[in-house]
Amino acid sequence: MTSMRQVFVDTVEDVMRHDPRVAVVLAEISRDAFAPHERVINVGIREQAMVGVGAGLALSGLRPVVHTYAPFLVERPFEQIKLDFGHQDLGGVLVSIGGSYDDPVWGRTHQAPGDVALFDTLPGWTVRVPGHPAEVGPIVRDALERDDRVYLRLSLRENTAPHPVVEGFTEVRHGGRGVVVAVGPMLDTVLEATRDADVTVLYATTVRPFDAAGLQAAVGRAGRADVLLVEPYLEGTSAHLAAEALADVPHRLRSLGVRRDAELRAYGTAEDHDSAHDLDVPGVAAAVRRMFGHPAAAA
Amino acid sequence: MGVKGKSGFADIPALFRRMTGDEKHEWAAASTLDVLWVLYDRVLDVSPDRVDDPDRDRFLLSKGHGPMAYYAVLAAKGYLEPSTLDTWTAWDSPLGQHPDRVLVNGVEISSGSLGHGLPIAVGTALGLRLQGRAARTFVLVGDAELDEGSNHEAIALAGRLGLDRLVAVVVDNASGTHGWPGGVAKRFEVEGWQTSTVDGRDHGALHEAFTRDHPGRPSVVVAEIGEGERG
Repeated sequence: MTSMRQVFVDTVEDVMRHDPRVAVVLAEISRDAFAPHERVINVGIREQAMVGVGAGLALSGLRPVVHTYAPFLVERPFEQIKLDFGHQDLGGVLVSIGGSYDDPVWGRTHQAPGDVALFDTLPGWTVRVPGHPAEVGPIVRDALERDDRVYLRLSLRENTAPHPVVEGFTEVRHGGRGVVVAVGPMLDTVLEATRDADVTVLYATTVRPFDAAGLQAAVGRAGRADVLLVEPYLEGTSAHLAAEALADVPHRLRSLGVRRDAELRAYGTAEDHDSAHDLDVPGVAAAVRRMFGHPAAAA
Repeated sequence: MGVKGKSGFADIPALFRRMTGDEKHEWAAASTLDVLWVLYDRVLDVSPDRVDDPDRDRFLLSKGHGPMAYYAVLAAKGYLEPSTLDTWTAWDSPLGQHPDRVLVNGVEISSGSLGHGLPIAVGTALGLRLQGRAARTFVLVGDAELDEGSNHEAIALAGRLGLDRLVAVVVDNASGTHGWPGGVAKRFEVEGWQTSTVDGRDHGALHEAFTRDHPGRPSVVVAEIGEGERG
């Protein structure tokens, strides 16, 4: 199957054919994925300059796409993101690959589970986390048409089926004991882990802005303000926004994600890491049971 | 949006005093003053009534601290009402100790944190070239600011991309702690830039350096200022 990255590249190249505003800045990563083009600029292994150059392209009137592996796109040049795009009030599309731990044999250097949490320290960013390659095309096209600041988080992890791309949450299952929010590639795991649970499952590809109204409505329909967030990045990344959305109702909130309390010094596979963070089906199912009760226990 | 009534270089001391009070020599000591004046008076194709013209030249002040000279020149050239200078750094003033492009007419980048302007300028020059525009991009950095590694990424990249409408101005008052053996210009020269090192107070020499042809490569003008001269 075509990867999210390949869909991203194909879509950008397609849009570039008719939109002279679009220009791509790379730092070696994905350099061979893009066909040679005067508006595809590989700056070498210079991530600070890459982000600054992207901002400069925006200043000149272009729509920059800045792309590399997540830790080198978000963490290394973070002040450039904050100042060169945010403080300048410029638009741009930042696109990462690698997710939290797509390829764990490289260890901590190539993991960035804190990326979305870092964007939460900056105002004005739209953050989108597709869960299937078929969702990437519409998300990339939308990002290129706009003028604002967008972070796209691409991953090798994906669900078996795509969902229509919308701005807010999509209800993929209805239940009465509470609400589980599954972000991007976590959906399949959540659906399997909640198979026997009477809960509403919401699917999110747009995580910023956070769909507070969608969460409130789902809680209303479920009749219980019990919410479990399941995110493929740092545990609790969206907890402050979920809490804010539910500020006016007594609620329970629990968050699953990449654990914060330890640097996991292990290699193996992404599935091994899911398991270590309780982000696999048994881990999520256990959290679901604890929060919403097992049907047998409720009977 | 312009402001009526432009001023000359002789008006700069009075404009400076609106920000600094009765300090007699502050204006003359500002290391960037002569560079800024020559650029705005004789080099840049810009004006207050076309700050959004895509074909205007760009001037990016990367060295954003000590912006009094910048504000004074902008006021002298009609971008700012001189009375704006009276309340600088106050709560509701658009003028801070670092300039903000969102708040000040004609300011191309918000600066103050070192090492951002040159990479942004490289992107701006590149973007203008990709769009077939003749506009030039000038960027002013300080010699100590060159300590930031991001600048060295940008210096190498600009040289390799052959950005021949990019001009960097390094105001060199020898303020970097570890210095640049052999001179600042050498750092740019090895990356393929055309270099000029001139007296940063000599308007004629600055003008000549800013307007020298540099086909196929970027140009750097190292404007030397007496060691320790402020700002």
